[in-house]
This record gives sequence, C-alpha cells and structure tokens, in this order.
Amino acid sequence: MIEAFFNIEIMKAAWPIVLTGLWNTILLSLIVVPLGLLGGLILALLASIRHPLVRWPLMAWVDFFRAFPPLVLLVLLFAGLPFAGLELGGFACVAIAFFLNTGSYYGEIFRAGIDSVPAGQVEAARSTGLTRMQAMRYVVLPQAVRNVMPDLLSNTLEVVKLTSLGSVVAVPELLYEARQAQSITYNPTPIVMAAVIYFLLLWPLVRLLSRLENRALAGRR
Amino acid sequence: MATNHIVDARAIHKHFGTLHVLKGVDLKVDERELVFIIGPSGSGKSTLLRCLNRLEDPSSGSIMVDGIDMLNPKTDINHARRRIGMVFQSFNLYPHMTALGNVTLALRNVAGKARAEAEVLGRAALERVGLADRADHTPGQLSGGQQQRVAIARSIALEPRVMLFDEPTSALDPELVGSVLEVMRGLRESGMTMIVVSHEMGFARNAADRVVFMDDGLIVEQGPPAAIFENPTHERTRAFIGQIQRH
Ligand SMILES: Nc1ncnc2c1ncn2[C@@H]1O[C@H](COP(=O)(O)OP(=O)(O)OP(=O)(O)O)[C@@H](O)[C@H]1O
Ligand SMILES: [Mg+2]
Repeated sequence: MIEAFFNIEIMKAAWPIVLTGLWNTILLSLIVVPLGLLGGLILALLASIRHPLVRWPLMAWVDFFRAFPPLVLLVLLFAGLPFAGLELGGFACVAIAFFLNTGSYYGEIFRAGIDSVPAGQVEAARSTGLTRMQAMRYVVLPQAVRNVMPDLLSNTLEVVKLTSLGSVVAVPELLYEARQAQSITYNPTPIVMAAVIYFLLLWPLVRLLSRLENRALAGRR
Repeated sequence: MATNHIVDARAIHKHFGTLHVLKGVDLKVDERELVFIIGPSGSGKSTLLRCLNRLEDPSSGSIMVDGIDMLNPKTDINHARRRIGMVFQSFNLYPHMTALGNVTLALRNVAGKARAEAEVLGRAALERVGLADRADHTPGQLSGGQQQRVAIARSIALEPRVMLFDEPTSALDPELVGSVLEVMRGLRESGMTMIVVSHEMGFARNAADRVVFMDDGLIVEQGPPAAIFENPTHERTRAFIGQIQRH
C-alpha cells in the first residue's frame, strides 16, 4: 500500500513535473478568477439598468451559462471552434469557458450584493449631485461587495477547483501533470501528491471562508 | 418667466401607476423662508419634496429652483442637485465611510475639489453641526442624532441654496431630537431657505415662517404657524391638528 501511494522515490522523480503543474494551476487561477469577476461585474452592472431590453437577454445569458455544464462548454469550445476556423488552444478555451460560466455565477452574486444595498443610499448620493455611475462606484459597490464577500470567496474556491477541468483539453495544470507523471512512473503516487497540494492550496481559503461566514452570522444577530 | 421665488413649483401632478398622489400642488418659497409641511400619512409630503430635486419625476407641472428649470430635459440635473440639499428620515449615511468621508464624497466628485480642500470644507461643515471631533468616526459609531447631523453637514458642505428635510427627527429617540433641531435652528438663523416635513409642532411654532397643510395630494391651507395652529379654517386641518396635539 505505502509502496503504491506514498512512494518516496517516485515522489522525488515526479516532483518537478508536479511542481510545473502547480504553477500552471496558480497561473490559470490568477487568470480565470479576475476574468470571471470582471465578467460578473459587467453582468451585474448591466442588470442594474432595469430596462426590459437589457434585462431579458441578460437573464437568458446568465441562466444559459449557469445551466450549461462547464466541462461540456469547455469541450465544445475546444473541439468545436476549430471547425469555425478558430484554433485557440486549451488555455484560451479554458479562459473563455470560465469567463462565460463563472462570470455568470459571479454576476448573480454581485447582483444580489447590489440589491442588498438600501435604495436610500443611492438617493442620498444622487441628491448631492453624484451621477448614477458615481453612486454605483463610491456608494453601492463597496457595500455590495462587503455584503456578499463570503459568497464571492466560496465561488472563487469552486473556480480554483474547476481549473482541474483544464486537464481535459491538455492544459498542463496540476491534475494534468500529475497524470503525466503517473503514466511515466506507472504509480499513483503523483496523483496523491496532486490531491495533497490541492488541499493545501485551498484549505486556507476554506478557513477564511468559515471565519467570514461566522462573522456574518454574528453580525446578523 | 421672471420670478423672485427661490422655489416655484406649479401644478405638480404625480401618478404612481393608477395612484394619483399629487393632484396639482403649487408651492412658492421665498429666499430665507422656512416652510413647514404637515399632513396625514400618505398625503404626498415626501413625494412633493422628492419631486423638487427630481428624485421622483412629476407626471406634469413645472418646477423652478434658484432659476433652474428642473423639468427641462436639457438641465444638468446633477449640477442642479448640488444646490438643493436633502436630509432623510433614515439619515442614509454611507456606512462604509467615516463622517468626513461622507461629507467630502460629493465635494470631491461633484464640486471637483481636491482632497485637501475638500477635507478643510468637510471639517468646517462638521464643525457647524457640532461634530468636529467625530470626523473619523463611522456612522455605526455615532448616535442617531449625531448621524443625522452628519447628514446635514453632508448637504451644507455643498453650499446649497435650499434645504429639504423629510421628517429629519422621526427616527430619533426623543432625547436626541433636540440636538438636530438645534442645528436646524442655526441653519435658519444663517439665512438658509428650508422646506421641512415634520411633526415637531413646537419647532414649527417658533421657527417656521409658514405652515402648509397637505391632505390627499393637495395643499388644503397655509399661513403663519399661529394662524394654522390656533385658527385653521378647514375642517380637515382642524381635525389633523387636534389629532397630533393629543399625542
Ligand atoms: N415609489 C412609489 N411607488 C408607488 N407608490 C408610492 C411610491 N412612493 C409613494 N407612494 C404612495 O404615494 C402616496 C404618498 O406617499 P408619500 O410618501 O408622499 O406620503 P407622505 O405624506 O410622505 O406620508 P408619511 O407621512 O407616511 O411619510 C402613498 O399612498 C404612498 O403609498
Ligand atoms: Mg413621508
């Protein structure tokens, strides 16, 4: 058992490969999380224009990309776009899929945050002559983000986990590299290493999230 | 159209869907005048105030404030609003900013002052409401009365020509009402034009130039406080005043 799953020799041999994977996972996260946040913010700002011509297409968009399994979306982009004459590569496909999928989730979170700010806040801001955009930027958004911080963090956690989907389209992130190492060494130890690294990477976020959630609960009491 | 009234609202109608809330209100206010608006709940007092600075769009009518046509689509409404301060029942301070931050936000982003100058002006405004020493407190660290005074400072820092107050003391514990009325009295003495919706009859008696009684979307009668409170001519006014004086 120990030989199979915690083989020290294999660990040593696989370490450089797994490390490359780790960096790529971090890099991928550092790209897709801001991209998703940006997409979400744009969606939420558009949603604050309560015009039916904006509202319905937006709802359709968000619903569609939330209902669509991200893995299917990714494979569709990766396998389908070349037929449309677009050869984008795995990394770009992951970025686009995440922008569409997680952007929709972030969008709903931002929207809930914006809705949670009392209307009187905007009225006070507008009554002093601030424009709609200024009121949004200086008064509403800071409060909105603070109100939904636990949800934003929790979604970010999911996004980082989802980067492992990149392995399906040959993006050399942590899981992909670990599987490479496994197939070279004929031993599952690299996969165990990847699992441990995922845990170590995400655990601080999980702790932070728990603390935020507890504080939010305490604040509500 | 020449007018020597700083506020000149004519034939204001406001509908919310099928609800006819303002049914042709005329309100003229002189410079330095303090006009007090009273009336039963739902009579349209807040809606009237909110039409004056276009937080609500009237369905019809005309509104001139300090010579600016508030309903002209070409009017820069944000510029016009700088000149019209508004104080709300629920204070509506920005909870994520300090008292000074609340006061300087519009100074910097609407009046275009640099940070240093905005802070000087902001501190001066807080000084006027007796809260110079609370500049770095957040709203959560202030009492209701202090919060409302910060809200007043936020408005007066922009040097408005008119101030609108919508039940500024209704959300306050009784012992905190006095400090806010004190500040309002100071403003009045400095010559500020004020339109106040409130049930503080004592304040109305000794500070108001004119009391306006509204009912069901119309101004029923108006006049000097003594006349309205002691000798109302309309039955509805008499009933309303009797009712609030019993409380
Ligand atoms: N945004 C709105 N949408 C629909 N109806 C509204 C809206 N704002 C006010 N109303 C209605 O308009 C009427 C007048 O409201 P308004 O707030 O002006 O009364 P008020 O005289 O200020 O009353 P109060 O003393 O309770 O504050 C009420 O029937 C109210 O329900
Ligand atoms: Mg009201």
